Amino acid sequence: MKRKNISLIISCLILGIMALAAIFCKQICPYDPNAQDLTSSFIPPFSQGHILGTDNLGRDILCRIIYGARISLFVGIVGTVIGFAVGVALGIVSGYFGGIIDTVIMRVGDIQLAFPFTLLAIAIIAVLGAGVKNIIIVAVITGWIKYARVVRSDVLAVKKMEYIQACKSLGLSHLRIMKHIFPNVIPAAIITATLETGRIILMESTLSFLGMGVPTNVPAWGSMLSAGRTYIMTQPWLCIFPGIAICLVILSVNMIGDWLRVFFDPKAE
Amino acid sequence: MAKYISKRLLQAIFVLLGVSLVAFIILHLSGDPLSLLISSGATPEQEAAIRTKMGLDDPLYIQYFRFLAQILHGDFGESLYYKQSTLSLIMNRLPATIQLTFAGILVATVIGIPLGIIAATKKGSVVDSVVRIIAICGQAIPSFWLGLMMILIFSVKLKWLPTSGRGTFAQMIMPAITVGLFSMASVCRLTRSTMIETLKTDYIRTAKAKGLHKARIIVVHALRNSLLPVVTTIGMEIGHLLGGTLLTETIFSWPGIGSLAVQAITNRDYPLVQTAVLITAFMFVIVNLIVDLLYAVIDPRIDVTNAKLE
Repeated sequence: MKRKNISLIISCLILGIMALAAIFCKQICPYDPNAQDLTSSFIPPFSQGHILGTDNLGRDILCRIIYGARISLFVGIVGTVIGFAVGVALGIVSGYFGGIIDTVIMRVGDIQLAFPFTLLAIAIIAVLGAGVKNIIIVAVITGWIKYARVVRSDVLAVKKMEYIQACKSLGLSHLRIMKHIFPNVIPAAIITATLETGRIILMESTLSFLGMGVPTNVPAWGSMLSAGRTYIMTQPWLCIFPGIAICLVILSVNMIGDWLRVFFDPKAE
Repeated sequence: MAKYISKRLLQAIFVLLGVSLVAFIILHLSGDPLSLLISSGATPEQEAAIRTKMGLDDPLYIQYFRFLAQILHGDFGESLYYKQSTLSLIMNRLPATIQLTFAGILVATVIGIPLGIIAATKKGSVVDSVVRIIAICGQAIPSFWLGLMMILIFSVKLKWLPTSGRGTFAQMIMPAITVGLFSMASVCRLTRSTMIETLKTDYIRTAKAKGLHKARIIVVHALRNSLLPVVTTIGMEIGHLLGGTLLTETIFSWPGIGSLAVQAITNRDYPLVQTAVLITAFMFVIVNLIVDLLYAVIDPRIDVTNAKLE
């Protein structure tokens, strides 16, 4: 248990520092992340005032990673929140009303799960075009069903409970009854949300890596990796550091998710 | 059993119809299909003629049914870039992707299951912690970064393995690990937790009381029952693996469907994208169908006749 807490604290610290750095990036970065200076390209890490070195265009890698955190965290958080709202709402409606509504919602979800999600994401981006807004749309489209499924099964169990029957006999409206059901589905939905945040951040960097993410003038971890790929033989630091940033964030989010799972359901471990 | 199979088949067909609808919409939302097909110099009359000839004036649902009929006849359209049938392009690349996917499953199971067993039998020990860290990292490392780092270490620095291509066993190693790592972590975690549950059961205690050798208890008695959920997970992981091949193929220049699809998107070759989506989803649906049916065969306790398809 103790070891668990230490990894939880470290994870929260990492995410906290990243979030603060992302918010105050303008104040803490000594360099403009997009300022090109070909005379100082490929400076190795820990030299000439560039802690993580510079890339092929002489841009400071640490600053670009900090600015990249803004995109990753923003997409991760907003994508998770919207997906949560949509998925939980549809899950409650699906489980509460049952019948044809339930069938339609769940079958649409089935169809969606039949696509390998990376492929679905890329197909949607191919149609909508790149950009932060579209990445969030993709995150919601590929994510809502995960909440809807766990929430629905919770609702099916809660629906049979006496207090819900009591609500019904009191003649409460459907909306009011669903409000009473809502607190019961929160734990499962929150656990799903932490898993989703990691997935969405990974998806954003994947799309950026493939050149289908944010515009090229915005620093993002995925696009830094794909740009650095060309120089892996000679200047590997271009690839190493953005990847570490992605790993740290996803690792931290997953750790917190693991902890939450045990917190809400101690038997799970 | 026959009832279950037919029900499950019906469901699979329903899902495939949905998949075809999505693929159809993708092509139509991507802009006027005509603008992709004709040169910019065409007169309005010529355009209108082609439009009528191709049936682009018909209502969308008629176009969809025509599209469906074409697919059922094996006509998936022509690639705008390669100027040949998209289906034959995909089929040429299919063996490479299937090979990579299987290699990934092999990595996931051959490494994941033993690691899970070791962790379960030594629960709470240092070994368990190490396995846990491997599993957690396996789910956090983006496959494309893992691929690049392996290239850096094993190709650039140590010069042990080739960076790209397909043909030799050495060219297979890094792509297989890249594709399989995430699934390996899932398989490992699941094996560990189900194994721990199984080891607590009465029949394992009986086997121990009989004085059977520990290895025999684990491999012969416990493993069988622990592997059931693992089989289902592997089925679901195949979707992950198929998606993962997309990136892995791009990084290692592996000549499969994934790298073809990524190129097709860059080239705005929508018919090819559409076919790649269709074929991949089709494979995924079939594999899941097989896994579900296998599951019923492996575990006779599952009463498929009354199983509800929730």
